[in-house]
Amino acid sequence: MRVLKEMLRQPSAVFGLLVVVTVIVLAVFAPWIAPFDPDNQMFDGLTLEGAPMPPGGQFLLGTDTLGRDLFSRLLYGARTSLVIGLVANGIAVAIGLLVGIVAGYLRGFASSVLMRFTDLMMAFPALLLAIVLAALLRPSLWIVAMVIALVNWVQVARIIYTETRALSERDFIMAERSLGAGHFRVLFLHILPHLMPTAIVWGTLGIATTVLLEATLSFLGIGVQPPQPSWGNIIFESQSYFQAAPWLVFVPGFVILLTALSFNLVGDALRDILDPTQRGRN
Amino acid sequence: MFLVARRLVQALLILLGVAAITFVLLYALPADPARMIAGRSATAQTVANIRHELGLDQPLLMQFWHYLSNLLSGNLGRSYAQKTDVWTLIAARLPATLTLMAAGIFVEVLLGLTLGTIAAIRRGGFVDRLVMMASFVGTSAPQFLVALLLLYLLAVTLGWFPMSGFGGFSHVVLPAVTLGLCGAGWYARMVRSAMIDVLNQDYVRTARAKGLSSRRVILRHALPNAILPIIAMIGIDIGQFMGGVVVVEAVYGWPGIGQLAWQAIQQVDIPIIMGVTLTSALAIVIGNLLADLIAPIVDPRIRTR
Repeated sequence: MRVLKEMLRQPSAVFGLLVVVTVIVLAVFAPWIAPFDPDNQMFDGLTLEGAPMPPGGQFLLGTDTLGRDLFSRLLYGARTSLVIGLVANGIAVAIGLLVGIVAGYLRGFASSVLMRFTDLMMAFPALLLAIVLAALLRPSLWIVAMVIALVNWVQVARIIYTETRALSERDFIMAERSLGAGHFRVLFLHILPHLMPTAIVWGTLGIATTVLLEATLSFLGIGVQPPQPSWGNIIFESQSYFQAAPWLVFVPGFVILLTALSFNLVGDALRDILDPTQRGRN
Repeated sequence: MFLVARRLVQALLILLGVAAITFVLLYALPADPARMIAGRSATAQTVANIRHELGLDQPLLMQFWHYLSNLLSGNLGRSYAQKTDVWTLIAARLPATLTLMAAGIFVEVLLGLTLGTIAAIRRGGFVDRLVMMASFVGTSAPQFLVALLLLYLLAVTLGWFPMSGFGGFSHVVLPAVTLGLCGAGWYARMVRSAMIDVLNQDYVRTARAKGLSSRRVILRHALPNAILPIIAMIGIDIGQFMGGVVVVEAVYGWPGIGQLAWQAIQQVDIPIIMGVTLTSALAIVIGNLLADLIAPIVDPRIRTR
């Protein structure tokens, strides 16, 4: 409640929240909102010359090169983006938390092996690694989500590692240990709750990264495969016509930008509120 | 000297790890290289022959050893589709990518330094909020959108720049500005917070009290001290860049290794994709190494640490 109240005081966070909620509502209720079947290649969806229809008129945002309604495809595309955003990013945060906590709490060999491995992962360009994985495996919604999770956990792991190390030096953890509490109890009852704010902040910011990465992979043709609509592959399918039908590229493009921006704004506001050490710095 | 040696060893170890991961990806995943070289209509015998030729029927550790020694001698394998040596293909395109990278980082740092400094000076004001908002938009924008937007506005509609290709200065402007716009936000935010820290330091107050013009205080006294995080950031940034380069080169038809990778993606030409990844990883390791080595030269305080 306190968090929400503080957020509502920042205009940019309010804007971000509004967009995020709108996108979620539109995605959830897509079947009821969409005026047309997103996969239906309509005969009257193309001009007599066979070109896509511009925005306005019967089709709110126009049609694509196959005569499908762009607005309906965007609504269903929102489902794809959000599912990947939540699943991929959820897995990434979970892996990052696990690796970060274990490496930060345990000392010695296991810890340095884990952290050297994250160093190693940092040496890979995330997008290129995702491209390699997506090209090697046959891309589908779930493969794309897995690929994104596999490249995105590293940052979370690093941050959680640093925080866990600082936490486990604190007196209350020492006290708990000396009372005879086991590692398991200390980790899950005493350390994990303190890490939740960080996990929530990075979970939110990570959705923006994930949405962008999915869009980029789909734009390159190795993300979610058509006909299943995703914001990135709508652009992929029509980029060669972008001079004749610019709306097919720019409308989904701005939807991606707006969504990523909003998750970033919400995440940034959360960081200000949940992490008092950052307050006033930005 | 000790520091340099330690960093070098670390870099080498990371490269070894990178090679191990790419090896696992190449040989442990369902895509069978022998079948891909042979093509779809090849007989089982042909596939078996190719497998033998590539040494794919040997024990895994032996294969890894071969893979490593090949890498060390610059042999990244042969392209499935183009039937040529991967390293030759990459080496021919490397200059174009490096040019684009240098130009992109230049735009990025120039924008980031200027905007971040202005925002720090006008902290809390309208300009500051505008710059911060713009930096959020910049970092949230997919690179392909910025690329296509600039292409549409400045090349197609206004005709100021060529649509695509490689050649004179006018060709590099749009791709470099695309990379720059997308990355400048991070720099602007970082410069801003470093500058805010520095501007509150006593020596800046002293410089002001001496009666120096605020222009001189900022450019000569504050900015050089805020620049250190930027150097570390450029080192890390090379990695981000290598990913973005694929997208930007694909959109603008820039004949670098990004475009090579993009074409290889279409043909599932794994050795090329892998070669580009390895080259990029090398670039990242070198970038970080340089940043680590340059930092103590720029900032003597680090040397004593």
